Amino acid sequence: MSEITNLLLLLLVLINLYLLSATRLSTSIKFLAAQGVVLAVLPLSLHGLHFSIHTILIPLITLVIKGIMIPNMLFKAIREIEIDRENDPYVGQTASLLCGGLFIIISFWVSERLVLPLGVTSRIWVPVALSSVMMGLFLLITRRKAITQVMGYLVLENGIYAFALALVQKMPYLIEMGVLLDVFIAVFIMGIMLNHIKETFEDFDVEHLTKLRD
Amino acid sequence: MKIGIPASLILYLFSLMAAPLVPGIINRVKARFGGRRGQPLLQPYYDLARLIRKGFVYSRTTTALIYWGPLLQLAALGTALTLLPLFPGVPPLLSMPGDYILLFYLLALGRLFTILAAMDTGSAFEGMGANREALFSALAEPALFIILATLVHRSGFLSLSQIFVESSAPLALPGAEVMILMAALYLILLSENARIPVDDPNTHLELTMIHEVMVLDHAGPDLAVIQYGVSLKLWLFMILLCQIVLSVLPNLGVLMPLLWLAALLIITISIGIVESTMARLQMRRVPQLLVAASALALVAYIVSR
Repeated sequence: MSEITNLLLLLLVLINLYLLSATRLSTSIKFLAAQGVVLAVLPLSLHGLHFSIHTILIPLITLVIKGIMIPNMLFKAIREIEIDRENDPYVGQTASLLCGGLFIIISFWVSERLVLPLGVTSRIWVPVALSSVMMGLFLLITRRKAITQVMGYLVLENGIYAFALALVQKMPYLIEMGVLLDVFIAVFIMGIMLNHIKETFEDFDVEHLTKLRD
Repeated sequence: MKIGIPASLILYLFSLMAAPLVPGIINRVKARFGGRRGQPLLQPYYDLARLIRKGFVYSRTTTALIYWGPLLQLAALGTALTLLPLFPGVPPLLSMPGDYILLFYLLALGRLFTILAAMDTGSAFEGMGANREALFSALAEPALFIILATLVHRSGFLSLSQIFVESSAPLALPGAEVMILMAALYLILLSENARIPVDDPNTHLELTMIHEVMVLDHAGPDLAVIQYGVSLKLWLFMILLCQIVLSVLPNLGVLMPLLWLAALLIITISIGIVESTMARLQMRRVPQLLVAASALALVAYIVSR
């Protein structure tokens, strides 16, 4: 079972690395959806297949929200504003990838020194979650297009979600649902905001937001 | 399993003989994908024989480097091959602590002479090719050494012979990490051997070439030596990949040679399939691919610690 958990966690890292190096938005969204699916399956690999609210309902809701609904909203957004590329981010794709490697090292280093209240099932779980948070934050601050920043936010949130899964074997499902709902609403609002940015500036670049005008 | 020098020697000679077959098989796979029958499998051997019968042609601007370059490159590759365990359980001809570093610096030495010979011709195109070759190989090096570090770290031994021959379970890595390691090594294999998606061995446009443009001014026996060196290098990387693949599979005893050949054949065919189905990357995207390979290797290294 831990073999499958490890495989899923490694998939998470690899998807993050891909997102750091991607230029094409539609492919990025597909990978983000895949990450949502991996996150949905992750608790299953932990608890096994027995019927309880944790093993059925939560993965199902995660799957629907992170794997289907959010990617759909993002797809709709890039269709409406008609862009499909993150052309020149503040930090280039290759440099981002190197930073990604750095984050992985840092998070392993940190998690070895981190004192956790509970035992974690997999040795690489906490570092994977930490690196995911860091990479999400990195995407959030180094990308120029608002939509890629939303994706960065989602990666960040996925990292936090994975971290919570690692720490609290049975997180109260009300909290999980609350978090999922929050993310869903956040992306929803960002979708509306993206449209407003597009209507006002004919573009998607957050650079415009730094300029003042009457 | 202790097998003495004769087995190593036979394997080494077999490798020297069989290496040019690999490009032949790759060409056949590509031809099949293109709906053609393809050249004979032994075509690389015919090419080598044809080239060796020709005379030397040198430009007046060149120095002795253009003569010695290909030979030294082949010598470096031939020496490098003696350090690599060619078959699971059979030690290499030479082995010493730290020989994996020697192995890859011998490859680098070979590349240095190819580059020097290319620059010696004074052609702008060849200088450009040499430039790219040097850049991409420098970018591939971190990935290669992280992969080796993973092998050394996991096995706890300092020579390739010990890593692959003496330790009973060379890697003892969980499946996922080995797959990432193999993916990284595969990307490096494609890049180091100038295959698609980094370089196209069949291209005829000098502007886009990397390896081929460096050898434009070589003719006759020199070209034969270079082409043989190219196939030897491909063989070397394939063997390394094959060793890692076989180290995670159970030991089948008598069937091992079959498994070994099958693994090599699968790697060869997969290169052919990649070349037939993928377009090469834009030149400026290649560093990203190589950094991605390093990142993959890094993940495998850290996770497997």
